[in-house]
Amino acid sequence: MFNFIFAAIADPWFGFPIKPEDASTTASSVDHLYYFLTALTLFFTFAIFTTIFYFMVKYRRRMPDERPKAIETSTALEVTWTVIPAMLCAFAFIWASSLYFRNSRPPNASMEVFVVGKQWMWHLQHPEGAREINELHVPVGVPVKLTMTSEDVIHDFSIPVFRIKHDVIPGRYSSIWFQATKTGTYHFFCAQYCGAEHSGMIGWVYVMSPTDYANWLSGGSKGESMAQAGERLFTQLGCVTCHVADGTGRGPVLQGLYGHPVKLRSGETRVVDEAYIRQAIVNPNSMPLPNYPPIMPTFQGQVNEEQVLQLIAYVKSLGTVEKGTAK
Amino acid sequence: MAELSASSTHAAVHPPGFRHQFEDMEQQHEAGNLGMWVFLVTEILFFGGLFASYAIYRSLYLPGFEAGSRLLDVKLGATNTAVLIGSSLTMALAVHAAQTGKRKALIFFLLLTMVLGAVFLGIKFDEYATKWHHGLVPGLKWAPDEEMHNNAPLGSVELFFCFYFFMTALHATHMIIGFGIMTVMTVKSWRGEFSPEYYAPIEVSGLYWHFVDIVWIFLFPLLYLIGGRY
Amino acid sequence: MSTAVMETPAASRVHYLNANYGIKSWLFTTDHKRIALLYLGSITFMFFIGGSAATLIRLHLIEPTGALVQPATYNKLFTIHGVVMVFFFLIPSIPAVLGNFLVPLMVGARDLAFPKINLLSWYLYIIGALFTLYAILSGGVDTGWTFYTPYSSTFAHSQVIATALGVFIVGFSSILTGLNFIVTIHKMRAPGLTWFRLPLFIWAIYATSIIQILGTPVLAITIFLLALERLLHVGIFDPAIGGDPILFQHLFWFYSHPAVYIMILPGMGVISELIACFSRKRVFGYAMVAYSSMAIAVLSFLVWGHHMFVTGQSVYAGLIFSVLSFMVAIPSAIKVFNWTATLYKGSISYEAPMLYALGFIGLFTMGGLTGLFLASLAVDVHLTGTYFIVAHFHYIMVGGAVMAYLGGIHFWWPKITGRLYPDGWARFAALIIFVGFNLTFFPQFVLGYLGMPRRYAVYPAEFQVLNVMSSAGASILGIGYLIPLIYLIWSIRYGPVAGPNPWGAKGLEWETPSPPPTENFEEIPVVTEEAYAYAEPEDGSHG
Repeated sequence: MFNFIFAAIADPWFGFPIKPEDASTTASSVDHLYYFLTALTLFFTFAIFTTIFYFMVKYRRRMPDERPKAIETSTALEVTWTVIPAMLCAFAFIWASSLYFRNSRPPNASMEVFVVGKQWMWHLQHPEGAREINELHVPVGVPVKLTMTSEDVIHDFSIPVFRIKHDVIPGRYSSIWFQATKTGTYHFFCAQYCGAEHSGMIGWVYVMSPTDYANWLSGGSKGESMAQAGERLFTQLGCVTCHVADGTGRGPVLQGLYGHPVKLRSGETRVVDEAYIRQAIVNPNSMPLPNYPPIMPTFQGQVNEEQVLQLIAYVKSLGTVEKGTAK
Repeated sequence: MAELSASSTHAAVHPPGFRHQFEDMEQQHEAGNLGMWVFLVTEILFFGGLFASYAIYRSLYLPGFEAGSRLLDVKLGATNTAVLIGSSLTMALAVHAAQTGKRKALIFFLLLTMVLGAVFLGIKFDEYATKWHHGLVPGLKWAPDEEMHNNAPLGSVELFFCFYFFMTALHATHMIIGFGIMTVMTVKSWRGEFSPEYYAPIEVSGLYWHFVDIVWIFLFPLLYLIGGRY
Repeated sequence: MSTAVMETPAASRVHYLNANYGIKSWLFTTDHKRIALLYLGSITFMFFIGGSAATLIRLHLIEPTGALVQPATYNKLFTIHGVVMVFFFLIPSIPAVLGNFLVPLMVGARDLAFPKINLLSWYLYIIGALFTLYAILSGGVDTGWTFYTPYSSTFAHSQVIATALGVFIVGFSSILTGLNFIVTIHKMRAPGLTWFRLPLFIWAIYATSIIQILGTPVLAITIFLLALERLLHVGIFDPAIGGDPILFQHLFWFYSHPAVYIMILPGMGVISELIACFSRKRVFGYAMVAYSSMAIAVLSFLVWGHHMFVTGQSVYAGLIFSVLSFMVAIPSAIKVFNWTATLYKGSISYEAPMLYALGFIGLFTMGGLTGLFLASLAVDVHLTGTYFIVAHFHYIMVGGAVMAYLGGIHFWWPKITGRLYPDGWARFAALIIFVGFNLTFFPQFVLGYLGMPRRYAVYPAEFQVLNVMSSAGASILGIGYLIPLIYLIWSIRYGPVAGPNPWGAKGLEWETPSPPPTENFEEIPVVTEEAYAYAEPEDGSHG
């Protein structure tokens, strides 16, 4: 109830916005926690200020040699003002953590978009093939998972109206998800200082109705999907000579591999996910397999991060399509 | 505090080396010791950052670290370990000599400590020269032979050598500083500045020297002995 | 108990300021009081360097497209502002100026344990500052004061190494100062001065010193590795050889989080002294305040991950750092309540130091509570990297630490210089600073929640109104800082001569003349009463 009132006042406050629109499924729950913390802050600040002011006036020095009597310390008071803040902190911690925990895992049916940050622009790829620079088109009401990496320094992909952000780090994949609730055009920003044009590394999220999104996706130039682009690279770079589908090549068969666990020569077991495939492409000998000599060359420097994502999309497509003939 | 005008009476009240911010020699001695211990704690944290990073990367890249470790000369490393432990012994004997007022023994053991320290640094220099020759110095000359790293992932071998050089060079720098401290202590001992009443500088120098020794005791197994060749 | 001190006119009495003359007697001094003044001059100089950068920043941000400089220059401005203010002003300020001057006096000693090392600390500060000034003058540095890799190690084309060296060297100044204080407090207390009779300022300095000696070496080695990586083009933060750029952040924040407590704990110590003196009462819950200082020092080392919630650390790591970050807030809350309770039934006067102290309590409370927003995982995701963070730490660093520093400078000014400053002007300046400060930084909380990222040279137009408000406040704040500079310098020559204890305060430092003689005390005092023994004992006895 209180949250509702506060929200009604807060957005916008006498015509002046003090919070962004809430345009995702999680935004308003973050706002509610924010209101609670704001109320807590204002309450204690106000309480301390007024108490101080009151004491300052009531106990102002009246005579120059005044010597007030000593006041004994009160253990009860110390305990009270330790325990009550501790309980308020515990409450805030539990609320914030459970919200964070719930928001940390993308729903299974998420649509995926792949993001590569580089000084000083964002390249976004949809699996169907649409590619964008500094723009992200998504449909409303559908969970979207962003898988992100950087070509160079650490960036951060931040969408204030969804209340999400995550660092975008070279050498690894980070992911966040959101589900937009309102169509519209919203800012996204780079939120980790990355050099000269850091403040120019911004763009727009276009949340569209599902029909408009489908039109947008199929319109524009007829390009290849990410998996098709990956297949093309797979041949161009010579991967196909060792990774033969019928198992006669020098390298492991990739059909049906994605998502399965493999045991490395070191004894460790890893799941073949995006990070695994990326590592296999740029640093293959860091995780040799038991039955294969470590002779795969590294492709670091020969492919950029977007191309790595396309190759991964290709390998993923082998897993789903060829499941029946997997070794 | 009453002013003592005659310098002789002053000397009688306070032994040589007394610093006037203190109330008496006992306070000065305790403060000096505590100061050195606090300083050594900061040194533990200083090296600690490197040890922590080493631990993280070793757990991530064990094959590369083991391969790198096998490229180090264990015999030289072990010799250096013995040399340093010996120098800690001679240092302890020097402190004992100072405590018991034996000036000649004090100078002898300080010099012996310095000789052993010099041996350590000499062996270290030799090791570094060999690494340079084999192209195993990251950033400056990294061109290792194929067989040398034995199919281990090159990146993590390079990481190992980053740590090898950073950690041993930082340690060697502390040794060189220790060498300088010992020189000063030897000169002061020669001049007869120490006595059973005032030998605190020898004692705290000893603490420093022992600390540098202990750091090596940790470095040696972590760098030289993880190759699994035993 | 009071040592009878005759008030001899300063001109005819020998004290630490007139004991020797000439530049050599200052540059080669080992007197802790003179070293404190050497620091006062250098720190004030660096404050105005950092403040100039801030002025340019706020002027530039009046326009969404940037009013003043190119983005590349803007990036250098905020980097220099951060580096200079953090490492060359906030961290040294209270310990190196007030701590150096007061610790021996407050514990009843003639100097610190290691006076020559104290002078070395100052020289290290100067050398570090020179490297940093060189970096500024020869092109600047643009990595942010946080030097994140791989930008700083591989991509930046600016004076990273020179700045890193400057920070490395000044770090050793900080370590040696902390070492000196720890040994002095442990070993050189006057007879009868047990731990729980110590002024709370000493407890605060002690806790700060522990953080300094444990945390700063880790920063030193991290900065050193960064410089090596940049120089040799290889290193442990480079993803291309398997290195981890996030490791840099772990190592960096392992120091830099405790560092913020180095910046605020001494300020809290000053506030305890001011509140007690100007209410003429013992600090309520003395033991709790002392224990809280130590608790903050310990807990401060366990929370660094809250700067890295969105770097991809595991959810479980996030939970642990979040709960610890909430915990570290509790001792600070205890202190605020105890200070407020000290006012109860006190005898309160409103001189400038007290106004600074009261302002501190209010602003620190706000700044500290906004820290809870950032400890809250779900909210931090939205707020990290935005102006909310900037507002949060400025509330604590400027609304807290700088106000405490100014309050302390004013409070002990008569002791340090033997002169009184004009309190009317001082109260006026305190008010200007308070108003200017809030106008500058409160709008930034709103900007942050709206989503404006920090370190932006240009920004979307809808953020302009709040930015202009902030810049307007900054101009008021700047004027507020200039006023004390003027009247304090004026007072050195023209201020009324101060007696040994113009405030009627308790504490050993008030039982020597103003300014004190070089050896501090004629005879080392013997302490028989608790700290802040303002009240008349009921039975008429003493102690």
